[in-house]
Amino acid sequence: MMVSHGTRKIYLKWCRWIGTFLAMSAICIPGLWIVLSSFRPNVEILAKPAVWIPQDLNFDHYAAIFSSDPGQGAVPVWSYFQNSLIIATTSTLIALLIGMAGGYAFARYSFKGKDTMFLGFMLSRTVPGIALSLPLFMVYARLGIIDTDFGMILIYVALNLPFTIWLIDGFFRQVPQELNQAAQIDGCTPWQAFWLVEFPLAKSGIASAGIFAFLTSWNEFALASQLTRSTASKTLPVGLLDFTSEFTINWGGMCALAVIMIVPALLLTFIVQKHLVAGLTFGGVKG
Amino acid sequence: MATVTLEKVVKRYGPIDVVHGIDLEIGHGEFVVLVGPSGCGKSTTLRMIAGLEEISGGAVKIGENIVNDLPPRDRNVSMVFQNYALYPHMTVAENLGFSLKIAKRSKDDIEKRVAEAAAILGLGDLMERLPGQLSGGQRQRVAMGRAIVRHPDVFLFDEPLSNLDAKLRTQMRTEIKKLHQKVKTTVIYVTHDQIEAMTLADRIVIMRGGHIVQVGTPMDIFHNPANLFVAQFIGSPPMNLAEGIVGSNGKLTLANGDVLTLAPDMAARVPEGTAVTLGVRAEDLAIDGHGRIGSHISTIKAAVNLTEPLGNESLVFFEYGGSEWVTRMFNPRDIAPGETITLHVNMESIHLFDKTTEKRL
Repeated sequence: MMVSHGTRKIYLKWCRWIGTFLAMSAICIPGLWIVLSSFRPNVEILAKPAVWIPQDLNFDHYAAIFSSDPGQGAVPVWSYFQNSLIIATTSTLIALLIGMAGGYAFARYSFKGKDTMFLGFMLSRTVPGIALSLPLFMVYARLGIIDTDFGMILIYVALNLPFTIWLIDGFFRQVPQELNQAAQIDGCTPWQAFWLVEFPLAKSGIASAGIFAFLTSWNEFALASQLTRSTASKTLPVGLLDFTSEFTINWGGMCALAVIMIVPALLLTFIVQKHLVAGLTFGGVKG
Repeated sequence: MATVTLEKVVKRYGPIDVVHGIDLEIGHGEFVVLVGPSGCGKSTTLRMIAGLEEISGGAVKIGENIVNDLPPRDRNVSMVFQNYALYPHMTVAENLGFSLKIAKRSKDDIEKRVAEAAAILGLGDLMERLPGQLSGGQRQRVAMGRAIVRHPDVFLFDEPLSNLDAKLRTQMRTEIKKLHQKVKTTVIYVTHDQIEAMTLADRIVIMRGGHIVQVGTPMDIFHNPANLFVAQFIGSPPMNLAEGIVGSNGKLTLANGDVLTLAPDMAARVPEGTAVTLGVRAEDLAIDGHGRIGSHISTIKAAVNLTEPLGNESLVFFEYGGSEWVTRMFNPRDIAPGETITLHVNMESIHLFDKTTEKRL
């Protein structure tokens, strides 16, 4: 049977919509389920057969985790949040600063051992973090930096740096070198040429590198669960473990804390995303 | 305005010398074009003057000062890059005023000078646009504007027209020449295009393999090329060549057996028995019945390969002495490929080059 061009187009359009819907469902439904579960009583969360349509939505789990009674399921949310924020922000800033210097050096200068060093950075990404946890634990124990913000910042800077350098290197490579030279001829010191011309053009790339580094540090669990002990340095992902006890898991509380953890990350991504739109370098030089 | 002097300037990359101790003096307000094939060291030389390349040996002077160790910002030069190098995140006005802002000029002064440059280059309507919103020619103009607002001692142009299409290139060439006549700043201009060199330069510097081969006015270089390389490089269409030996009585015997009679002064200059390369420009050949050239002529015959009609004239290509020659035919008529034509050679304008040294005799 011949299918007309118009029918075929509509058919394809529907296929695309259904495909997109299925893909988005796979991504969003678990997240949505966490958000929903944080507002539902434990009975409903654990009900068999599952209750698909929420019957009773309330803030009980939130109230409980923020309460002062550990028996009610209270956890030191503020301490965890504070630790997470300090550790993720500081490690991201340090990774960006070093990453910018490193990425710029890799993009602009040639030096001995450059390729080997770059390969080494990439190879370091192939080692699963958890495999390092035992040696790290021993080294950290000797140095006395277990359960400190400093220790966590250090490990996250190390974890993020190779990828940050790699990303930023790519963005600086897109900025034509002639722009720096033109700026120097226009009277800039090399430092001014960097800050006034090259940095603004690579800004979007640096912002995206920053988001990646922040989210990695914010969400990291494996190493943090080994190297933190108390409210002195425990981060939100490790805090989720507080809801598991010998015989039960407080799913509702866990979901509520997970939501508290997701919101800042989402907000940050939302705020920075307009900087992620690349393409600013277009037009400066002949394309 | 300033003079620029190069004294034994060398550029070395590791063990390899790319510029071999060149000397050059450029006068106040002069328009000098460095021209040569790619890899001849012309751009490297320009970049050494700008301060973008380190100078490995010798001295570069701007005015009376040796600038070898000065960073680009302290040399008071402006440069127009091949790919324009406009700052993509700044508007045209900001691009133009950037150098003045860095120099901490007053806002009024910046505005005045930007407006002045914009007026010279006709950028008035484009001031608020970003470089990405401009056409190639407009970007080129902004790049020139950015160079002139600073009132530099020297303008440096690094193949500024090579990214433009043919029509725009011709137009911008005229604009650059007009600009120079207006601002009268010393200009050093790099190109590989001999037509740009001929049309723009007060003096042309021809470079090859990191050496300066010849320096002279366009006409001087065209009429008196120092060697075979210059003769072939300058002039369009390129010079016709044939090999031969100078015999007795001022006769030049070509490899194909033809004998031409040299003009008396040339016959006196070139010793008998010298192996030479004969060079004849297309203009110094006339097809029989299509114009007469000079009083001292020799006649040759050749079979036509093809003709290229250009309107008021045609280029006629023919096989001669083992290579393809070309001549201009004024008041053109139809010539069929394969037709044998008679040509008159203006023997007063021919060039002879030593076959071994390639130097002009």
